[in-house]
Amino acid sequence: MSASLADHIYEVASVILFGIGFTTLLLDRNLIKKIIGMNIMDTSVYLFLASMGYITGRTAPIGDGTPPSAENIINPVPAGLVLTGIVVSVSVTALMLALTIRLYRRYGTLDIDQIVTLARKGDEP
Amino acid sequence: MALLRNVPFASILACMVISVISMVFRGRVAKVLSYLLSTVLLAASIALSWYFLQGNDAFVFTMGHFGDPWGNELRAGLLESVMASAMCLIVLAALAGGSYMIRSEIPDGKKNLFYIMADLMLAAVMALIYTNDLFTSYVFIEIATISAGGLTMSRQNGRALASSARYMIMNLVGSGLCLMGITILYGTTGHLLMGSLQSAVHSLFENGSYHLPLMASLILLTVGLSIKSGLFPFHEWLPDTYSYGVTAGSALLSSVISKGYIFLLIKLYTRVFGLDLVRDSHICILLFAFGTMGLIIGSLRATQATDIRRMVSYSSIAQIGYIYIALGLGTQEGVIAAVFHMLVHAFGKSMLFLSSGALIQASGGASDFISLRGSARRDIPAGVAFTVGAMSLTGVPLLGGFVSKIYIAQAAIARGGLYAVIVLLGLAASTFLNTLYFLRTVITIYRSDTDAEAAAHAGLVNSLFLCAMVILNFALGIASRPLYNALLSGLNMFI
Repeated sequence: MSASLADHIYEVASVILFGIGFTTLLLDRNLIKKIIGMNIMDTSVYLFLASMGYITGRTAPIGDGTPPSAENIINPVPAGLVLTGIVVSVSVTALMLALTIRLYRRYGTLDIDQIVTLARKGDEP
Repeated sequence: MALLRNVPFASILACMVISVISMVFRGRVAKVLSYLLSTVLLAASIALSWYFLQGNDAFVFTMGHFGDPWGNELRAGLLESVMASAMCLIVLAALAGGSYMIRSEIPDGKKNLFYIMADLMLAAVMALIYTNDLFTSYVFIEIATISAGGLTMSRQNGRALASSARYMIMNLVGSGLCLMGITILYGTTGHLLMGSLQSAVHSLFENGSYHLPLMASLILLTVGLSIKSGLFPFHEWLPDTYSYGVTAGSALLSSVISKGYIFLLIKLYTRVFGLDLVRDSHICILLFAFGTMGLIIGSLRATQATDIRRMVSYSSIAQIGYIYIALGLGTQEGVIAAVFHMLVHAFGKSMLFLSSGALIQASGGASDFISLRGSARRDIPAGVAFTVGAMSLTGVPLLGGFVSKIYIAQAAIARGGLYAVIVLLGLAASTFLNTLYFLRTVITIYRSDTDAEAAAHAGLVNSLFLCAMVILNFALGIASRPLYNALLSGLNMFI
């Protein structure tokens, strides 16, 4: 396994993107940017999965009646995982956006630190 | 008996179906459906445990009848079915015991949504308990996150919303890490099912290749799941979330959801990586150290709290610390002690949350210690339940907490060396601190008050359920040996 980074350009890119998304989700104070970061993070994992699941020169395992031989096809499971993952991240994004809208309507800001401070000060029942 | 083999799949499916059809009903019907669902699942899980206690072996349920390298699988053994029964029982008790508070905390017309979230949460936890493949567990980790977020934000006040935003963010960080860990593990081994993953991981370790990716995925999964269950350095979201949400929601979150994540972690450790491998990697020491720190710091923060629900939340951090200490020992005894403490904490903490909610209601909605004076005289069952829960978590004999502390200490002594010293010292320190803050609270709530008239009394059903939970806590302490043996044989079925 003496492969250079250039051979794994997709994996390298996806790990870099994961880092970007992760730090944005964790450290940015703006809620919308946090959600964007979460999406970058999730998408980078899908890129990682898809790039590892793909083998150059092979096709999808869709047969024309005759069963395709294992040397010519790509395992469809990674693609299935990516699809499932996309559905999951869409629903989480929707939930986070709904929560952001409610917080914005109540406090008029997207800054999470400010929201927490305001909520602590307001302390309404 | 072939019918019982469908219990794992049927329980997940039933939760999903009930949560979808609850959408069209009003709160009352949704409530009845939720009660019915958790009761039926409780009966089914108990029947399944009985089936395994007859000496039957663990089985695998293949969904869609696809064979090993492709399909999705559920797996049931004694450990899983005992956990599932406990979780159903707690969901039922938390919903029924907290129904009185749900009535006042959630606006009309939205109550059915709360029950939908509770049903979904039960589905997610059932799946996390029974799952036998990694991607199903990822999907249900996310479903657990969504439903837990829904449960916390169902209370319409600013602090609940702000704290659920923080909760969601930390949980999404955790699930992102888990997803990356799962992907790396899949990339190196090419398997998702735990059975074939185990042999693949072990053969990779034996010939020494791909050491780094495997370690990376182990670390990512561990860190992700411990963020989600609120281990010490990642606990900042926990006190706010547990203090400001719906009372029953806090009980569910602390007792059911976080336990589901920890159970999945235990499953990964024992079934995929193997305890020897986890012990040889140094992740265990990290869990052990963080658990010890969480134990001390959670207890210290709890002594400083001026609000009863915040105190109970901080004590959760300490209790999660116990579980991770036991897990961090990396031995079989440690894992069983961890599972036992999970059950003790789940029963004790849900009772503490519910009874403190009832005490708060009895003091006119105020949760600071000054207003709570004499509240146990206004709501006697809640006072008794709080006292018993506090005694159990402090470690008074005859109650579950005492037994689990003994098991943790025994496991540490069996491990020997520095571990034993640290665990025994930590147990001593935290028992002292637990006594300090729980005793103060119990004295406060029983202090005689000038105006001892009931502000608003909890219903009969709620009090009955609190009494039932008191009995359960005693049962956990008195009948600990059969349960321990059941957990031991369940864990042996695991490996």
